[in-house]
Amino acid sequence: MNTSMLLGKLSLDALPFYSPIAAAGAAVIVFGGLGVIALITWLRAWPYLWREWFTSTDHKKIGMMYVGLALVMLMRGFVDALMMRAQQAMAMNAEGYLTPDHFQQIFSSHGTIMIFFMAMPFLFGLMNYVVPLQLGARDVAFPLMNAISFWLTAAGAALVMVSLVIGVFSTGGWSGYPPYTELSYSPTVGVDYWIMALLVSGVGTTLGAINLVVTIYKMRAPGMKLMQMPLFCWTALCASLLAVFALPGLTVAAGLLGLDRYLGMHFFTNDGGGNVMNYANLFWIFGHPEVYILILPAFGIFSSVIPTFSQKKLFGYNVLVYATMCIAVLSFTVWLHHFFTMGADANVNAFFGIMTMVIAVPTGVKVYDWILTMFRGRLRFDTPMLWSIAFIVTFVIGGMTGVILAIPPLDYVFHNTLFLIAHFHNMLIPGVLFGLFAGYAYWFPKATGFPLDEAWGRRAFIFWVVGFYLAFMPLYALGFTGAPRRMAYYDQPEWQIYFVIAAIGALSVLAGIICQVIQLVVSIRNRDRTTSFAGDPWGGQTLEWATSSPPPEYNFAVLPRVNSLDAFEEAKESGQPYVWPEKYDPIEVPRNSMTGVLLGGTSFVLGFAAVWHIWWLAALSLLGVIGIVIARSFATDTTRFISADEVKAHESRWRTAVLAQGKASS
Amino acid sequence: MTDQPNQHPGINISHARPEDGRHTEVTVFGFWTFLMSDAIIFALLFATYATMVNRTAGGPTAAELFDITNAFIETIVLLASSFTFGMGAVALKEGRVGGVRLWLVVSLVLGLVFIGLELREFAGLAARGATAQASGFLSSFYVLLSTHGLHVLFGCLWIVVMLAQISVFGLNRQVRSRILRLGLFWHFLDLVWIVIFTVVYLPAVAT
Amino acid sequence: MSGAWEGELGGHKVRQPVAEARHERRRYVWGLGFALVLTCAAFGLVVFKILSGPALLAAIGALALLQIVVQFRFFLHIDLSRSKREDLQLILFTGLLILIMVGGSLWILTSLDQRMIG
Repeated sequence: MNTSMLLGKLSLDALPFYSPIAAAGAAVIVFGGLGVIALITWLRAWPYLWREWFTSTDHKKIGMMYVGLALVMLMRGFVDALMMRAQQAMAMNAEGYLTPDHFQQIFSSHGTIMIFFMAMPFLFGLMNYVVPLQLGARDVAFPLMNAISFWLTAAGAALVMVSLVIGVFSTGGWSGYPPYTELSYSPTVGVDYWIMALLVSGVGTTLGAINLVVTIYKMRAPGMKLMQMPLFCWTALCASLLAVFALPGLTVAAGLLGLDRYLGMHFFTNDGGGNVMNYANLFWIFGHPEVYILILPAFGIFSSVIPTFSQKKLFGYNVLVYATMCIAVLSFTVWLHHFFTMGADANVNAFFGIMTMVIAVPTGVKVYDWILTMFRGRLRFDTPMLWSIAFIVTFVIGGMTGVILAIPPLDYVFHNTLFLIAHFHNMLIPGVLFGLFAGYAYWFPKATGFPLDEAWGRRAFIFWVVGFYLAFMPLYALGFTGAPRRMAYYDQPEWQIYFVIAAIGALSVLAGIICQVIQLVVSIRNRDRTTSFAGDPWGGQTLEWATSSPPPEYNFAVLPRVNSLDAFEEAKESGQPYVWPEKYDPIEVPRNSMTGVLLGGTSFVLGFAAVWHIWWLAALSLLGVIGIVIARSFATDTTRFISADEVKAHESRWRTAVLAQGKASS
Repeated sequence: MTDQPNQHPGINISHARPEDGRHTEVTVFGFWTFLMSDAIIFALLFATYATMVNRTAGGPTAAELFDITNAFIETIVLLASSFTFGMGAVALKEGRVGGVRLWLVVSLVLGLVFIGLELREFAGLAARGATAQASGFLSSFYVLLSTHGLHVLFGCLWIVVMLAQISVFGLNRQVRSRILRLGLFWHFLDLVWIVIFTVVYLPAVAT
Repeated sequence: MSGAWEGELGGHKVRQPVAEARHERRRYVWGLGFALVLTCAAFGLVVFKILSGPALLAAIGALALLQIVVQFRFFLHIDLSRSKREDLQLILFTGLLILIMVGGSLWILTSLDQRMIG
């Protein structure tokens, strides 16, 4: 490939005319993007978006932007899934409609997007929104850094999206194993896109995690001890610590692979003294804790939802806290189970196999705690609770198959088969995604003031759960018969029926997603009837419900004083759930800043330039990043005060709403 | 020990309001968390180096390449800059702007000398054909050392920015808090270097 | 410079600044001294071939560990006092994870090397 000074490797060949399907995908992205831009321009919403959202340093708005990003990326990742299911349903002794290379790009982007740009932003969004509220804090510890984290994550996601239009994406799977991803076997820019997207968003995630750790350690409401935090905060703390300590593994693995590709080094090459095994080792030092980064906060969501909808206190709070800590530490001791078959000796495999079984124990403990929370409760089956129950049942099945895979000799049989695919989707869809949906439905009325439509929520729930079982149970069967993962086509006639059933399952999930889109539209349309400013629609137990919906920018006019677990529940029982003093003080909040958007944008350009070897632009944007940080460090006027009158106006409006609701219900 | 709490290097609470102390506590804890994340990056690079040290692909080995005298000088320079930064922190505690400036400049110069020594070493190795592309062993050596070196370079840039901020703002709360975090960063780099000379240079010469 | 200041921080009585600054300076000098001795000892063991083989590696490893503790103590001001408890916990937890990650990596990759390359 020719390279020029000005454009590096970039040329018109980069446009996706290699296959009509790729071109169509690119067209959807381009026209979809242009459509959104046109719509915003037509609505003259740019100033509003810039002022209220893009430059915001309010943890609540940043959290909502994270969730928005995650929902968009969920669509993209799901389209990939649908295309794979369609291909495999058709490709019995036939080529299907995708070329093998294109099929590889699709499963690579599916995995990368779902893990890094769907599940992670979704979780960080919910944690960002909810944790400061549950702690009784006014914001996270470093509000500006929070905005920067979000925009770096968005920049990484944008790099993945751009690869659809300009150039190609990696064909190396979400884990990007060398030597296949080395320059000699993957000479296109796909792997470079993958590396840059992960490095850029990885910085954002690390900063976001540090922010949450410090917030939880240092910003709790006066009096709140660690053991009085809601369980969601505990899981957020453990997940953030895991991210702080595990992401370096990804940074090092992807960074060294990049050095091999860009500078011709020999970390993971076949020749020159490289060691491909070390990549697997480094990647999974990150990769296994990552699984728990995803799932712990989801556990926290279930631990918030289940007590609320059982109208009981959480059973075994202490045990759940200790189980969470155990999982967090043990998650660093099991990474080798991802490569049992690489040829380490029996002692190594046995050790990591046993540790893997051990980590199932605290997880099992949690399941019993949730069940016992429901036991003899007065259950209400709103959608968040439905997701939680589906989670418990389905997750246990996935956990069982995990214990099967933890046994090294069995892993030799199942490794690289669809059994593994079925297993981890069986963990991540009920465990993480159902948790995210539960949290989305649970906290939506807090964030917007109006609830999600219940009927459409139930429809979405049914389609999703049925779709999940249809899509993944056949994959277990296929795995038992030896069907390998990542196959573009096959020649075993008896497999096809399972693939067809799985494709039907994917269509059911599609119906579920369509229901969710309709649900959002219907809920927004009905908001005039359903909006409630009072702020406690579910009878919540924790402090986020002790604010108006949506909460004011400063969260709490008077910082709550906490001396027990489930502070809001206790306050309700004592008959004094709300505090409305006569006199308010002005409240200091951070000013808006465009630093986050600028850093995200510049990092995107940096990543893009590096992918295409446009060195002048890469150098320029690197200087830009440093320059922006330095310039910002000279800013002095970074906070503003919300006047006491403004606070008082909001609080009395909220008070009126609460009292009105109290009258209506009594 | 005395009954005084040992403040982080450079915390100047003599003029502080209580909420300043709180602010510093929060940012310093955040910075510690970042440093620990960074420490894991170095730990993984060390593990990589240790597993690749014999993967020389027929090229030069560690024993043939490394010069212990140079490593010793680098060690002393970096240790000295760590100490001079500490003196700067004491000056900060006493509120002596001139002292802070002087010691920051001395630390900066020592940091730059360290980078110069490292670059000279790299150039010498490259001239003997020992480039990062020569073998897996040398790739891991260069990447480990330059990751540390880039951190030092970044620290130097940070010192320059802080010197500028002292000129613009004087020793206000924010500047003090930043110098204190820069101090943590600077001492941390010396800690990493201890492991580098112990894992990279000394075993190579010992065999 | 304003005069000595007394007050509370983190539940500790704080006296500032003259006496403490002198105390601080002494700490840095002690730290430098210890670090120099430990560094010279490590290099000396190697250069003058006082030990060899695994004993040498163990000795320089121990010296490095000791120097890390010294620098934490004298330069980074991490000790067992209450006000540093959270920082110390964080550092010890990091130490544990480094032990697991580096130890595990070496174990795994050495085992692979022995079996794959021979």
